[in-house]
Amino acid sequence: MRRAPLSLRLRLVLQLLGIAAVLAIVLYFTVRTVADQAAEATQDGVLGAATLAIAESLQGGEDGVGVDLPYEAFSILGSISADRVFYRIEAGGQTLTGYEDLPLPEAAGAAVAPVFYSRAYRDTEVRIAAVNRMVLVARKPVPVLVLVAQTRQGQEAIAQRVAQRAAALGLGSFALAAVLSLLTAGNVLRPINRLADAVGRRGPHDLRSVDQPTPAELRPLIFALNGFIARLRGALSRTETFIAEAAHHIRTPLATVRARAEIAMRQSNSEETRETLRAVIRAVEESSRSAGQLLDHATVVYRSDRMADEALDLAKLVEAQAEAFRPTADLKDLTIRVTGTDQPVTVRGDRPLIEAALRNLLDNAIKYSPDETTVDLSLATGTEARIEVSDRGRGLSGQAQARLAKRFARGKNAGDIIGSGLGLTIVEEVAAAHGGRFELTERDGGGACARLFLPLG
Amino acid sequence: MRAIVLALGLILHACLAAGFPVEEEMLFPAPETERRELSILSTTDTGVLRPLIAAFQVREPDVAVRYTVASSQAVYAAIHDEGLSFDLVISSAMDLQMKLANDGFSAPHDSTATDRLPAWAHWQDRLYAFAQENVVLIASRSGLGGLPLPQTRRDLIELLRGHPDRFRGRIGTYDPELSGAGYLFATQDARQSDSFWRLAEVMGGLAPRLYTSSNEMITDLKQGRLVLAYNVLGSYAEPRLAGDDDAVVIELEDHTLTLLRTGLIPVTARAPDLGGQFLDFLLAPEGQRLLRDEAGLPRIDEAALSRGPHLRPMRLEPGLLVFLDGLKRRGFLDEWAAALSQD
Repeated sequence: MRRAPLSLRLRLVLQLLGIAAVLAIVLYFTVRTVADQAAEATQDGVLGAATLAIAESLQGGEDGVGVDLPYEAFSILGSISADRVFYRIEAGGQTLTGYEDLPLPEAAGAAVAPVFYSRAYRDTEVRIAAVNRMVLVARKPVPVLVLVAQTRQGQEAIAQRVAQRAAALGLGSFALAAVLSLLTAGNVLRPINRLADAVGRRGPHDLRSVDQPTPAELRPLIFALNGFIARLRGALSRTETFIAEAAHHIRTPLATVRARAEIAMRQSNSEETRETLRAVIRAVEESSRSAGQLLDHATVVYRSDRMADEALDLAKLVEAQAEAFRPTADLKDLTIRVTGTDQPVTVRGDRPLIEAALRNLLDNAIKYSPDETTVDLSLATGTEARIEVSDRGRGLSGQAQARLAKRFARGKNAGDIIGSGLGLTIVEEVAAAHGGRFELTERDGGGACARLFLPLG
Repeated sequence: MRAIVLALGLILHACLAAGFPVEEEMLFPAPETERRELSILSTTDTGVLRPLIAAFQVREPDVAVRYTVASSQAVYAAIHDEGLSFDLVISSAMDLQMKLANDGFSAPHDSTATDRLPAWAHWQDRLYAFAQENVVLIASRSGLGGLPLPQTRRDLIELLRGHPDRFRGRIGTYDPELSGAGYLFATQDARQSDSFWRLAEVMGGLAPRLYTSSNEMITDLKQGRLVLAYNVLGSYAEPRLAGDDDAVVIELEDHTLTLLRTGLIPVTARAPDLGGQFLDFLLAPEGQRLLRDEAGLPRIDEAALSRGPHLRPMRLEPGLLVFLDGLKRRGFLDEWAAALSQD
């Protein structure tokens, strides 16, 4: 199983946090190192000054090296921090005064500037400054070494304080960076989310190109997406055109076949032949109707993307359709009773679509009505326009409208009647395209009742 | 009372097997069943700290206190050279205490009581001051015979120069060679101003009497053997001269040294926690009040220093080590001897 890749936001946040952590650690160590060095340099400076002050007080003479320890040299060592102080003055290899076990420097040169080194001494660690001086004793130069040592507790305390501050600084900057990285991630990803939203909000038939303003980085994606949409739109449109043309091309020869069959039937004397021709005519009729429905459906699908939006008088449309179906109804001795069309009912929409819906409703009602019954076609208005078509057919036999309205679905009890099953689908799609709805219910006293609701214009 | 303590001390002294000169040793048995013993080595007389020990034992009734008094040099040597075990070392010799702490003989100690101390009253967490005492000049009015009381060292030098006969053999001061406190005062005086050496020279011509303790100088002044005593501990002089109309305590205005009496817990302590407890008791408000009211030792008081601009508190710092250096000490004492015997 492939693992889902990390989300962009998480990836971005993690990477920014990683960078922030590295920077915080670098900051911590930099501050510490710089502060440690500064503290050490300061303390070395004071220690060196004290050592030099003692070296300055060295005096030669006839009896030996004299030294007058300057009070201030020691006093100043205590001025920065309360650290322990040790010293040793060595003349010609002999310890003159001080702490005899204080460690000597490794390389004893004639250094004018103090040499610094760190050593373990007694129970602690000390920093030692050493200065060499030549002193004349009985006119002979004697090397004198002055050592002053100081513990570094003060410096360690400073270092500890600095470390705490540095740690706080590091953590603080990391926390800040964390917040900022969250904000940044949100910011960077916002155009993507906006685009996803815009595309996601589209209706099922909306195949316009995406013209959302997007950052340059997303433009290739938009470009590709639009290309894909265009291809899809082209393919759909070609398909519908194909179906429409195919239906059209089928209908015309069918009409010819039907005309010829009717003539042949009238001329034929054989009852057997006439029966066969009647069946041929029925089949041709049904094929023609299916072709018509396919054409209607293609029209609905094709037009619902770019519907006209004009004011239409439903009353007139209903009257016209009722008129158009009267010859077909007469064949079965059906009465079409039209009510509610005495005053105009205006809706906004696409005329061919609404006509297709009405046509299919009436066609269905007539098809399923037994001979010598009445089909009621009524128009009413309330908060919306309602067109109701009721027949006395065999009803729905308890099947849900949702299923019946599916493309190519037909009722269980429709087996003996020829149909493509597209009719109700077309009605439902027209209703949806106009923001209306379609209901199909059992009619009291038998039959079905189809209602098409359309918003008033 | 004092006599009894002294007598007891002498008896104990006789019994003591320690290899250093003990002046007095006193055992304060625990008020209740004894569970622990606190041993204190101190330069401060038993009588001075007795009320504090008693108050401490009220709080800690199962503690017996062994209180040993010795000279500051002996106290220093007992810890530094002999490594004897005591739980608390109290001394007025700041320089020697500082050296003990600097050389690592003092154990760290931290508590809420020590946290309250001002920065100048402690060194690291190893040396704590619990009393600040001025170093004063004491004079006898009758001995001066109507001469004006000197207010500065310059006054004093002029007074001595002007009336050598009155003061000959009747001036007292510490012997810096024998007394640790005397050496500390003399060296710090010398640091403060050059007038110290002129004073030494003038005194040298007047056959001064040299002492090893403030108490002896105070006694001799009260008994008329001294007219002036220079560098006496004010904390000893003031209570003893309080009812004496003839004696005056003078804080010289050019500078008056302020000594810090300090305590430290040696690393060799058997019961360092007890030593720390007693030290905290001395530093806490109750102990500080008892020190002032009962022991006559001025408490640590920053305000007193700012009120007296002539006061020069000696700082607990490595500078104190300088005069403990063998060469430096020899040089200083040579100069002192030369100043004193110029004629």
